Amino acid sequence: MSAEPNDERRRADDERRRWMGILARAGAAGIEARLAETAPLPPHTRLRGPETGLVMVRGRAGGDGAPFNLGEMTVTRCAVRLEDGTVGHAYLAGRDRRGAELAAALDAALQDPVRRPALLAAVVEPLAAKQTEARAATARKAAATRVRFLAMETTR
Amino acid sequence: MYVAVKGGEAAIANAHAWLAEERRGDASLPEVGTDAIREQLTLAVDRVMAEGSCYDPDLAALAIKQARGDLIEAIFLLRAYRTTLPRFGASAPIDTGAMTVRRRVSATYKDLPGGQVLGPTFDYTHRLLDFALAAEGLTPPAAAETDPGEDAAPPRVTGLLAAEGLMAAEEASDAEPGDLTRTPVTFPAGRPLRLQNLARGDEGFLLSMAYSTQRGYGNNHPFVGELRQGDLAVCFTPPELGFEIEIGDLVVTECQMVNQFHGSRTEPPQFTRGYGLVFGRTERRAMAMALMDRALRAAELGEDVEAPAQNEEFVLSHSDNVEATGFLEHLKLPHYVDFQSELESVRAMRAAVEAERQRAPAQAAARQFETEGAGG
Repeated sequence: MSAEPNDERRRADDERRRWMGILARAGAAGIEARLAETAPLPPHTRLRGPETGLVMVRGRAGGDGAPFNLGEMTVTRCAVRLEDGTVGHAYLAGRDRRGAELAAALDAALQDPVRRPALLAAVVEPLAAKQTEARAATARKAAATRVRFLAMETTR
Repeated sequence: MYVAVKGGEAAIANAHAWLAEERRGDASLPEVGTDAIREQLTLAVDRVMAEGSCYDPDLAALAIKQARGDLIEAIFLLRAYRTTLPRFGASAPIDTGAMTVRRRVSATYKDLPGGQVLGPTFDYTHRLLDFALAAEGLTPPAAAETDPGEDAAPPRVTGLLAAEGLMAAEEASDAEPGDLTRTPVTFPAGRPLRLQNLARGDEGFLLSMAYSTQRGYGNNHPFVGELRQGDLAVCFTPPELGFEIEIGDLVVTECQMVNQFHGSRTEPPQFTRGYGLVFGRTERRAMAMALMDRALRAAELGEDVEAPAQNEEFVLSHSDNVEATGFLEHLKLPHYVDFQSELESVRAMRAAVEAERQRAPAQAAARQFETEGAGG
């Protein structure tokens, strides 16, 4: 019966993966605006960073073949620890050090099942909605440039 | 002989001060901000990121400002900056099939799932100067929006051909690719290293080499199977987490060139692909890269390697504009001692010729004629 704790673990990782991805795209200003609407985050100490480095971005030959190195991107990471020992991590594209520290602090706080619902509602979900809407707006603009071919007889 | 090379500090400092003044231009006009460069000179920013091989729009905009718009100088600045940063690791290969498409066109199928999406393109503009842009303060009307419907991500055109068995499949592989920023390239380099080199190669060089294949220097008869541009997530697995997370989005352009292949002893006649993938929206560069990828596959497809564009060593050794600029521009730096020795050797040769001529004028003239003839 070892499958059950594994499933539990996977579900927790999936949930954490989702908020980390949303926080990585939010930026310091976006996160701070949401934090203003909620109870203050628990105090944290920095374990590492925030520090900026590079991640080599890979593609695949032909889109689905062997991997190759496309080029690097700047990435900023941070790890923090809360007083109860919980460790939070952040990795985000770009050089937003403040954003990385806030995202790491949030990642730590979100791991606490007591704090989680309020933080998801006040911070993560509004940021997610904003990101989803930005993608939807891009899709709507693209859709407006989709060519509608007209056969000659229908244009008479 | 050791020559004293002190001096020039004041001249250099003054030259750089003048450079700063020239960079600023007329001080009575507003200064251009790096955010304005990032938002309004987007294709210049994209080129600097692609060839600087470092995705960071803010840094690319700063480099363009510092370089006074000299994009190769800006690329050099970005390459130099990246050497100061540690590398955290490599991303999972990006999934171009899952991108949020801004533009997607095919020259091989009119009607295809997902359709022809033009996106914000220069195509079909009349290339007439728009003097309205010279007047400031004009905000363009908002772009039109339409409900995209229920469409899933548009399928790859190469997939449509592969489903019919008409397109050579890519090798399914997760092999660790070589990295030319870590290990000098040796030949034959292989396709992953070629693609890395082309992705950061000089756009002008790639364009000219690709054009040469179209004009007949290398057997190539390409169609744009698909050109797509859009945003996609970058996934990375931090070792301390042990699971993959999204760290942000990239804008990339991908080009799948479809080329006829007559078949070989082991392969039936089918289409083969040339692949281009670049940071940003520089579509010309993605297309040129795809033509070059296909041209450089000549040897592996059993075709004759005759043209410069098919010669891996030639292309890979000359595509990098930072290397090329360094070697070319070093010529303007002081070569006083080198040149002094050349000067003395030419003077000595002239004196020897002159002495010879005075001893036997006719003989010397004949010898000099022979030398010139052989040299030409």
